[in-house]
Amino acid sequence: MKLSSRPPAGSVKIIGGQLYRGATATSAGALEANPGLLIKNGRIAAVGPDALAQAADETLMAENCIVSPGFLDLCCNLREPGSSQKGNMSSETRAAAHGGFTSVCAAPDTSPVNDSGAVTNLIRDIAASRALVRVLPIGAVTRGLEGELLSDMAGLQKAGCVALGNASQGLRNARVLRCCMSYAQTFGLTLMFSPENQALAADGYAHDGLVTTRLGLLGIPEVAETTAVMEMILLAQETGVRLHLSQLSCARSVDMLAEARQRGIQVTADVAMHQLAFTEDALSGFDSRFHVRPPLRSERDRQALVAGVRDGVIDAIVSQHQPHESAAKQAPLAASEPGLSSIEVVLSLGLERVAANELSLPQLLRALTAGPAAVLGQSAASNADLSAGAVADLCIFNPDQHWRPGPGTLVSAGGNGPVLERSMPGVVHYTLVAGHKAWPSLLP
Amino acid sequence: MTAIATGPHHLQLTREGQLRHFLTLDGLGRELLTDILDTADSFIEVGERTIKKVPLLRGRTVVNLFFESSTRTRSTFELAAKRLSADVLNLDISTSATSKGESLADTLYNLEAMASDMFVVRHAQSGAPHFIAESVTPKVAIINAGDGRHAHPTQAMLDMLTIRQHKKTFAGLKVAIVGDVLHSRVARSQIRALNELGVAEVRVIAPGTLLPRDVEALGCTVEYDMLRGMKDLDVVIMLRLQKERMEGALLPSEGEFYRLYGLDRAKLALAKPDCIVMHPGPINRGVEIESAVADGPQSVILNQVTNGIAIRMAVMSMAMGGQLAERQQALNDMAKQEVRL
Repeated sequence: MKLSSRPPAGSVKIIGGQLYRGATATSAGALEANPGLLIKNGRIAAVGPDALAQAADETLMAENCIVSPGFLDLCCNLREPGSSQKGNMSSETRAAAHGGFTSVCAAPDTSPVNDSGAVTNLIRDIAASRALVRVLPIGAVTRGLEGELLSDMAGLQKAGCVALGNASQGLRNARVLRCCMSYAQTFGLTLMFSPENQALAADGYAHDGLVTTRLGLLGIPEVAETTAVMEMILLAQETGVRLHLSQLSCARSVDMLAEARQRGIQVTADVAMHQLAFTEDALSGFDSRFHVRPPLRSERDRQALVAGVRDGVIDAIVSQHQPHESAAKQAPLAASEPGLSSIEVVLSLGLERVAANELSLPQLLRALTAGPAAVLGQSAASNADLSAGAVADLCIFNPDQHWRPGPGTLVSAGGNGPVLERSMPGVVHYTLVAGHKAWPSLLP
Repeated sequence: MTAIATGPHHLQLTREGQLRHFLTLDGLGRELLTDILDTADSFIEVGERTIKKVPLLRGRTVVNLFFESSTRTRSTFELAAKRLSADVLNLDISTSATSKGESLADTLYNLEAMASDMFVVRHAQSGAPHFIAESVTPKVAIINAGDGRHAHPTQAMLDMLTIRQHKKTFAGLKVAIVGDVLHSRVARSQIRALNELGVAEVRVIAPGTLLPRDVEALGCTVEYDMLRGMKDLDVVIMLRLQKERMEGALLPSEGEFYRLYGLDRAKLALAKPDCIVMHPGPINRGVEIESAVADGPQSVILNQVTNGIAIRMAVMSMAMGGQLAERQQALNDMAKQEVRL
């Protein structure tokens, strides 16, 4: 059913549990007892005793649950158009809803590449007919993602792209990067780049460290990221563009980011959840599931990235969801395709960090809600306060209940989840998009 | 019990600690390594007989799967298998199935379906034999004949056998490995074996561009200056230098490399007088080693080749033994379950 042409959702009353609200760029927000929450016409109609007093078409019981603004993912690969063997709009937005996400940014490396308004419109049309959550297209900053020629940035913006990026593909040189920034700045566009100096990364596919030395893997040195971070920050400062650094992996990058912010440069950043949960050790048995890009780095890097999220230096946690068909991973490590099918376990991996006292629950939730919304500025519907009038994009989950991710429970078309058959905390009971139940959802 | 399995490397051992694949020396203890050397010793005699055969692998099918070309390693594996009375199939995969777009896994499923008992695998990608043993054909014994930069465990073991023949014991030995350690699967396996067998010191001698990051963590010291590094050596192992390294901006020229890191008579004179000279081959005369040294009295390079056959016979027979024990165990377990039912 089309998100846009659905009949208005019936009224829903949510009783019990706790509300997570009040997060801003500088505050992690807090949990408070749910006094009762009423949804009407896709929006929050009332919070408090009045909500309880009114009648509703449906009542959702949220005991032991947290009612949070729905999660927003800044980096998600939906695999449509172009790679239906890996996933499609229905399967992957359903996976997103299962993970508590109500909005996902669609990476531009589709086929065709999202480098023109026409492709953006195509993606929006597919999303309107089959997506279960909101799909926010990211446009390609260069034509064909080839890193050479500028894409029609204004056209992409007009067609509805919320930001532009290069989908982890490199740019030809610093001059092209500078021109991209300068032109994007003209239209107030946010540029999302995954910083990597391709000459230094060369043919590498794993963190250049102890594990690569022992196993003889080809390493990507830390400087492949840090030199690119520094170059991008300096060029962002000069051009005045809003720069977003995607998927940081190094401790030193977090330091440079913090310093740039102190100097007043407009730069935000995200980190993939798997970077907070795993390290280079995950590759020690040549496990191709953990072949990801940027690579999983050292424990010291992991701790610095977690600290970055804790301190709010890193604005957002992303899934960097990359579903694959099984053949893509059935190969020796170097020949396997990078990426994890991760969006359904982002919350659970995060709650494990909370259980390990590395993050507080509000810090985790901020990085999944208000943090990424602030990165997109006006483009994202902000409902951080869960106050009357806000859009009813909500995630209702029990942080203490456990589940086992596996073939029977995961709904993504990709079988390459990072955690399989292990008990994990955090079960999403309901995901509501404009008051509609996106999870649990019937199979399309 | 011969070794304690650790981490992912239990993959190559049975529950009883017997070898069932031979993928890496990581996780294999001194006792098991010594077992391999002793078994190889017993096979050396076979090579000296008129009829050079023992029936240990009679009726078994060994497939040599070389995804990367090699003359010496493949022929010694072939000879080793034949001396064990196995049926041997040689496949040069680099020019057949994979060029038609068949995946590695599919190629192997097909070979497994032909009732193969053992795959000897050489592959350009680190970890390919692990992948095969773990995810593709776990019931076929996998012998690693060299994978990417990761490991070349039979080469390292034949080197250990050569060292033991000449030095009797590993205790107290100072061993240097010279040259392109970064790209060398041989060096990684040698460093591991030498440490496990208890030498006094492993030194790697190379310029910074040819050393992996934090190489000391493997269990070695680093020396940039070969003149200093040759001091007190009992064993010097030279590594092959590929010509591509100059193009990759890792080295300025062959000439400069030879001057600084090539083993000539003058440099060898700095080591102990009975220092032996080793090289996994094939050698580049005048690039990493002077002809007079390669052919000189301290060189044991051809002994290494001879020992290669014995080591490969040892590893193949031991892994097949473990694999068969495991199959028998599985049958017994099934029988027990049936009785219970």
